[in-house]
Amino acid sequence: MTVQIMTTLWIATLGTSLIAFLLKYSGHSVPERWLSHPKVQRINALIPIALLSALVAVQSFSEKSQLVIDQRVVGLSVAIVALLLKAPFPIVVLSAAISSAAVYNWL
Amino acid sequence: MSVSITVGAYGVAFGAAAVANGFTVVQACLLSLLTFSGASQFAVVGVIGAGGSAISAIATASLLGVRNALYGVIMAPHLKVKGLKRVVAAQITIDESTGVALGQEPRGIDAMRKGFWYTGIGVFVFWNLFTLAGALGAQAMGDVRAFGLDSAVPAAFLGLIWPRLTGNFERALAVGCALFAIAMTPILPAGLPIIATAFIAIAVGLKR
Repeated sequence: MTVQIMTTLWIATLGTSLIAFLLKYSGHSVPERWLSHPKVQRINALIPIALLSALVAVQSFSEKSQLVIDQRVVGLSVAIVALLLKAPFPIVVLSAAISSAAVYNWL
Repeated sequence: MSVSITVGAYGVAFGAAAVANGFTVVQACLLSLLTFSGASQFAVVGVIGAGGSAISAIATASLLGVRNALYGVIMAPHLKVKGLKRVVAAQITIDESTGVALGQEPRGIDAMRKGFWYTGIGVFVFWNLFTLAGALGAQAMGDVRAFGLDSAVPAAFLGLIWPRLTGNFERALAVGCALFAIAMTPILPAGLPIIATAFIAIAVGLKR
């Protein structure tokens, strides 16, 4: 079991790295017209929004495949408030961590 | 300077996130050295942390990495590099280096190249040093929940997307994808609810 998880982590680490580099290198090497189509550009701007929003949601409200509500909801709410107040990134992360830790440790 | 501090903070957040989601310090550092693309790296540890398979982690991260290929297309005609130099240029083709280079465009080709190389290499150094610091820090913590690291990770993701939510359309897409992923979590195998949202983005992008 542990060996399996370690293997998963290594495959994820090295596989991601390999494809990340190939993508970067391909951009420097393929003809421009392949990737400069407006639809490609538009979809490319939307994909990070979709994937990262989904990640925020799953990381905040799930435990394995179960939905849970715990201290992370407080952390996420505080982060949203900090972002609305235009706080810099370190403050956003720190305030989320501190509020979440407070709820976890004392409630 | 302010770029460096921000990069440092993201680097610490990434190193800590990787370890909090079960990666070793070495794996966290390798991701920063070899993948060297913030959003992709956060995605890998996020998908694995949510119980997803290696394949879905790689796929999610790679979809986010397509961005860098487009940056390469923009930068290649300005850099005009070959061989090993092209390999190095490719590795440091990220949001920051491309952004700074394009910002220097009115000041000529030399300023653009300088901006690209200095920013790319500078961010590379900072990003890797702070990843190591964050990973070691998280490793020393033990129960990451007691330090709020389980909330720091989604907060860091949120910080990454926030600047992209420029209009109502983008905000609606973000909320829609978040709700979709939550709704699908008990139904689909781990990792799939996240990657499925990429298809929402593609469908919406094609139609618009």
